[in-house]
Amino acid sequence: MASLAPTSISDLADAVRSVPHLLAVGAQTKRGLSALDIPKVSTKQLSGITEYDPGEFTFTALAGTPLSEIHSALAEKGQYLPFDPLLVEAGATLGGTVASGLSGPGRFRFGGVRDFILGVRFVDGSGRVLRMGGKVVKNAAGFDLPKFFVGSLGRFGVLAEITFKVFPRALSSVTLCVDVHGFRVQGSGFEVQGSEFKVQGSKVSAQNEPPSAEVAPITVASQIMIEASKGRWEIDALDLLPDGKTLCLRLAGPAAALEQLSADILTHWHGRSLETAEADALWSDLREFRWAYPQGPLVKVPLTPQAAPDLFSQLVQAERPDQSRIHLSAGGNVAFISLPSAEHSATLDQRLRRLKLSGLGLRAHGPLWYGQRPENKITLAVKQALDPEARYPSLDS
Amino acid sequence: MLSALTFLAKLLPPDRLLCRPEQLAAYESDGLTAFRARPLAVAIPETAEEVIALVRFCHEHKLPFVARGSGTSLSGGSLPVLDGVVIALNRLNRILRLDPELRIAVVEPGVINAQVSQAAAPYGLHYAPDPSSQPICTIGGNVAFNAGGAHCLKYGMTSNHVLGIKAVLATGEVVEWGGASRENIGPDWCGLFTGNEGLFGIAFEITLQLLPRAECFHTILAGYRTLEQAGEAVSAVVASGLLPGAIEIMDALALEAAKAAVHAEYPPGCEAVLIVELEGPREVVGVDRMRLDEIIAASRPVEARPACDADERIAIWKGRKSAFSAVGRLSPDFIVQDGVVPRRRLGEALRRIGIMAREANVRCANVFHAGDGNLHPLILFDGREPGALERAEALAGNILRMCIEMGGSITGEHGVGAEKRDFLPVMFGPDEMDCMRRLRAAFDPLEIANPGKMFPGAEAPALSHVGLHPLEQAGVIARE
Repeated sequence: MASLAPTSISDLADAVRSVPHLLAVGAQTKRGLSALDIPKVSTKQLSGITEYDPGEFTFTALAGTPLSEIHSALAEKGQYLPFDPLLVEAGATLGGTVASGLSGPGRFRFGGVRDFILGVRFVDGSGRVLRMGGKVVKNAAGFDLPKFFVGSLGRFGVLAEITFKVFPRALSSVTLCVDVHGFRVQGSGFEVQGSEFKVQGSKVSAQNEPPSAEVAPITVASQIMIEASKGRWEIDALDLLPDGKTLCLRLAGPAAALEQLSADILTHWHGRSLETAEADALWSDLREFRWAYPQGPLVKVPLTPQAAPDLFSQLVQAERPDQSRIHLSAGGNVAFISLPSAEHSATLDQRLRRLKLSGLGLRAHGPLWYGQRPENKITLAVKQALDPEARYPSLDS
Repeated sequence: MLSALTFLAKLLPPDRLLCRPEQLAAYESDGLTAFRARPLAVAIPETAEEVIALVRFCHEHKLPFVARGSGTSLSGGSLPVLDGVVIALNRLNRILRLDPELRIAVVEPGVINAQVSQAAAPYGLHYAPDPSSQPICTIGGNVAFNAGGAHCLKYGMTSNHVLGIKAVLATGEVVEWGGASRENIGPDWCGLFTGNEGLFGIAFEITLQLLPRAECFHTILAGYRTLEQAGEAVSAVVASGLLPGAIEIMDALALEAAKAAVHAEYPPGCEAVLIVELEGPREVVGVDRMRLDEIIAASRPVEARPACDADERIAIWKGRKSAFSAVGRLSPDFIVQDGVVPRRRLGEALRRIGIMAREANVRCANVFHAGDGNLHPLILFDGREPGALERAEALAGNILRMCIEMGGSITGEHGVGAEKRDFLPVMFGPDEMDCMRRLRAAFDPLEIANPGKMFPGAEAPALSHVGLHPLEQAGVIARE
């Protein structure tokens, strides 16, 4: 039997052909996505950057390449992956990042994994090595399978090598923290108690609130996220920390400009700027999920900043809260929800259904899918096109 | 065929089902005027339900169909199928929802690209993809062909701005993917659908992301003695760590034409003009523009002209965006190519195109997106001259082969369409072609959705030489 830890792309294809059922894994930093009792083919030894020309704004690397290695190589040339990949310090690989479709806080400004992937080489269900997309920053030839692989969880093919677009990294960055806790209803809007700082353009109705009731921090956060997203500042990241009351805005650009931009933002919302070390630690903690319960489910839920208050009221502010922790990221476009234990999974599933939201379980605790799931015949047809013998598991398992 | 028309007549009122030759003539061709084919009928639905009913009818009767917006495809993407149905989506032209809070626009496929930005402008937002045909091309066509524009390096193409799609697939299945959120779980179906060239089905509702309009621009135009110098300036800008919104180059022939057409003025004695544009908050542009101006000055241009105000900026872009139709006026016919090469090989690619054009005795102008290596050689010919079309096509083919050989692509933003379908198997191997065929079959087992595009082998439509598209002659659209 061929090695299931192949060291070359042709070995990978041999490994795929050697077993009737299998699933590819990288560093397994998101175990929930591969928590199946079937043979695994590891890309850990299929590692290394194969092409990198900074002048092209592109690189190509084998699927098992750790993101930390890619980060270092790009940083040497003043470049980076703007979507701010997650779990880099934990050892996440490039292939796993694509297959899981996970992007970090930085996806707010320029887009996520899907917006930077250009091309793939992959092994289809018949064991063929296929190349799709391209190696140049612009390409419209053929179907865009590279994008399809983003979030496809290794269920349609095994990624062998991936080409990405990169950007020059801004010379400096600044992180601002705004406390969204302690706002009181006032007239048709709300303001910070004992302070003059108003949340601009707020539309929160005070009708159902008792006089001077505290406005839920998530309502304030959601409103600021909406306003800041429309602003002129080109914010780099916009997240609500898992403490539920600290909103973080990151700016990236030339230092002289950031000073003025920060000052302008802080005239809109009361807050402070962090020291570099503090800011680096804060974003690193978010990217590595250090805030999450170590032994419970961790669920990615796409949503909108408008829908975030409902989600929070169902989870953390419910009459019987289940101690969920939530990191609201990318300007309120995605929530990462951590539950203390798998026992709470069913409740989360029901609540997401009620809110017409869906979730992806990243850890082996609890199910893979949460909430509502669309059922299309085309999903099966495309699966049969790429993997006619069902060598890889289905999306449902 | 008659029976098909009888059935179709049950789906649409007579004034929205065109069958007479004089009615069909306008739909025989698109932006690639060298091809034409007469459809059986043109159906003009007004609602999503009618689009779904039409596709399901076509599926049931194995009747080929082609979705069409404004017909600006430069690759023959909306060329009709002989005796098939054209589904003209122009009347599905409603912006169903524009939500400035979520920064999204939910539109029907017949909405014009520029109208999205116009509708978003009062909220300080815009829709980023800006193909040169944006005053007339539709979002449905942009999605089908993954349209680009001058700002792709920083902002990406259409697919980077599509958040949600409701579509009827060629099997008649109705699907809904994505929505208002920028994030997603599971495979990226919107990403796969965008750029399908009409082979998967018809999107009848599209959710687009809107971005805040940049507060400040700094646009600089610089003339160079040689194309190589302009290319070196691009490399210097890219190496500097700046991320311009656009980097464009026009060559001498394109400059001549733009001068004649829109009275644009360029530094004299230049073989190439470079346009670089920075955009962002005023504080950032204020710092970055000093670096850019230094880089440009160090690249020893004949002359560098920063735009001093909004009018001067608009004038620079007007010259740039009209260049193609302007060049077109120099010649009765032309072919636009759309290949991509790695940026570092731009200079070499342009030299080789020049040599190949001279050897073939064909005139060729170049306007291109230098920032992303997307070439737009414009090959001039006179179709009335025996053998001229064949020579032009041979040159176009050689340019595409060169792009592939350099590690690039046969198309950056126009799509494969009818025009380049013979070159897809040059860029991709037999296994990849098989994989794409299987994918197509998953969406369209009967091969009724826009057959004859992207994949080689289908019967070629009649070739003819019909000169400029009427809208092109009027200067409304441009081929790039």
